[in-house]
Amino acid sequence: MPKYRSRSGKFVVSGVSSDAHTWNLVFLQLMLEERGHEVVNLGACPPDDEVVAACVHERPDALVVSTVNGHGHMDGERLVRTLRAHPDLAELRAVIGGKLGVDGAADRHVDALVAAGYDAVFASEHGLEEFADFLRELRPRRRAPAEPVA
Amino acid sequence: MSGPGTAGAGRFAAHVRRARQSGSLVVQPRMGFAGARRMREGLRAVRDVAAPTAGTVTVDSYTRVGEYARALEALRSGAELNGFPLVAHGARRTREVLDGVASQDFPVQVRHGSALAGRLVATACAAGADATEGGPVSYCLPYGRVPLRDSVRAWARCCELIAARAEPMHLETFGGGMLGQLCPPSMLVALSVLEALFFREHGVRSLSLSYAQQTHPGQDLEALAALHRLAAERLEGGPDGGPDWHVVLYTFMGVFPRSAAGALRLLEESARLAVRGGAARLVVKTPAEAHRIPTLDENVAALEFAAAVASDERERIRARTRAGLRPAPAGGPYGVYEEAALLVDCVLEQAPTVGEALLRAFATGLLDVPYCLHPDNANRARAVLDPWGVLRWADPGRVPLPPRTRRAVSADAAVGSRQLLDMLGFNERRFDVEDVLGRRLADGAAA
Repeated sequence: MPKYRSRSGKFVVSGVSSDAHTWNLVFLQLMLEERGHEVVNLGACPPDDEVVAACVHERPDALVVSTVNGHGHMDGERLVRTLRAHPDLAELRAVIGGKLGVDGAADRHVDALVAAGYDAVFASEHGLEEFADFLRELRPRRRAPAEPVA
Repeated sequence: MSGPGTAGAGRFAAHVRRARQSGSLVVQPRMGFAGARRMREGLRAVRDVAAPTAGTVTVDSYTRVGEYARALEALRSGAELNGFPLVAHGARRTREVLDGVASQDFPVQVRHGSALAGRLVATACAAGADATEGGPVSYCLPYGRVPLRDSVRAWARCCELIAARAEPMHLETFGGGMLGQLCPPSMLVALSVLEALFFREHGVRSLSLSYAQQTHPGQDLEALAALHRLAAERLEGGPDGGPDWHVVLYTFMGVFPRSAAGALRLLEESARLAVRGGAARLVVKTPAEAHRIPTLDENVAALEFAAAVASDERERIRARTRAGLRPAPAGGPYGVYEEAALLVDCVLEQAPTVGEALLRAFATGLLDVPYCLHPDNANRARAVLDPWGVLRWADPGRVPLPPRTRRAVSADAAVGSRQLLDMLGFNERRFDVEDVLGRRLADGAAA
């Protein structure tokens, strides 16, 4: 557990439109919740417009995309271009990680994904540690205090 | 073990039956390539393996979710696809891929993962595929966000298409696979049987029931025995004599050992389990599993390895019988049959049709697949591995359990991210450590 209490964030966790894998998403939800964050988990195979709608509606501190079926370099790129085209989401922090291509050589996809609009791409052997570093550095924005329950 | 309805069951079932009568296990890959020529080469290589095989055409992820235009676009631009875009190729092109390769000694199955599979199954039917795979629950809950009700309706239609084809076509449940990991065996067995009953209700005459290898050989052996027993009890008899059926085992579908030795040991354990548990067919994985989609050569090598292990296991059983030793008991202390039978009964009580009963059971949490994120799954139930790799309910949610199992449920159900990773990686660690130590930890596996 961290030695200090910091502001909690809100995250949208999602796969990409053609990826049915969910253990990665179940794990990420638990990892974020253990750090005190709120998670909206979109699960497997969300169409691009559902991800965009969830980000507009939930106003998360970050969108976390995780994909392992080998289509990530295509689906992930299309998704972030759609996301950035939305006026409310141009500034949203968005990251992607996992197995991004079918042949296990991820490096050549990383630059393309960053160029398309991701703030970070976690595709190496140490992707999880790098993602944990990213979380430590992330400063969730201040939100209006919740209404006290009567 | 197979059901009585052999007449007119088609060449997939007939092939599996012949192999079984000659004492062989049918081995089958998961394999799909984007291009028609490459797909055909792949099928030919699997056909030429020196053991009874069935061919597989695995479709790509775009086709699975119904994005046929996107699959076509990728096909035209030469982008990487993770399978064969069957609808984009169309029935005629697919038939050309199968023609002269598929035969009565090498039937071919289309494997996909679509909830709304109408067009895909219609194309596979028209292309002359011998078999396909699926189910209203198992091709819906693990694969996305399609409402269960829509999947039930779509799969009823798929079954009717399959049942109506002039050449009989075989259909396999994916209910014994689900998320691949951390689902208690009794739930897998119950879902496989319920999907088989759904298939029969919609006229399918040749079917197989699946089960996926988990993390404990003894519990898996008991699960296969439970699946055979429940299928025999529920599918056979009646005025129509029941459908033709067999049991198919999937090699472990979760996080795979990274070392070649570890991966091959896990595959070996699945082949021995298939033979000892009386499965007629095995769908294999390869040592590439932890790293990427396997090549054709890796698939062929895995099939030959699995077939060789299966024949060795059969020899061991024969030797044991000759020595007057009784076969290892199939029933065991894990209560898989009792749990699965109770589940099937409770679900069928919900409604007069299997499809409606499945919908009500998921809506009320009577059926609840642990860790499944689909909006129509309660996702209250939790399963854990004990230190020996036995899958147990940590919290059954509203899933009904027999008193004996209910008493054994542990109180502390919260599973954290570290524990989840540990559990997902159980087989990876168990078999990779053998690579390091060069010895066998799981003596129970091959005893």
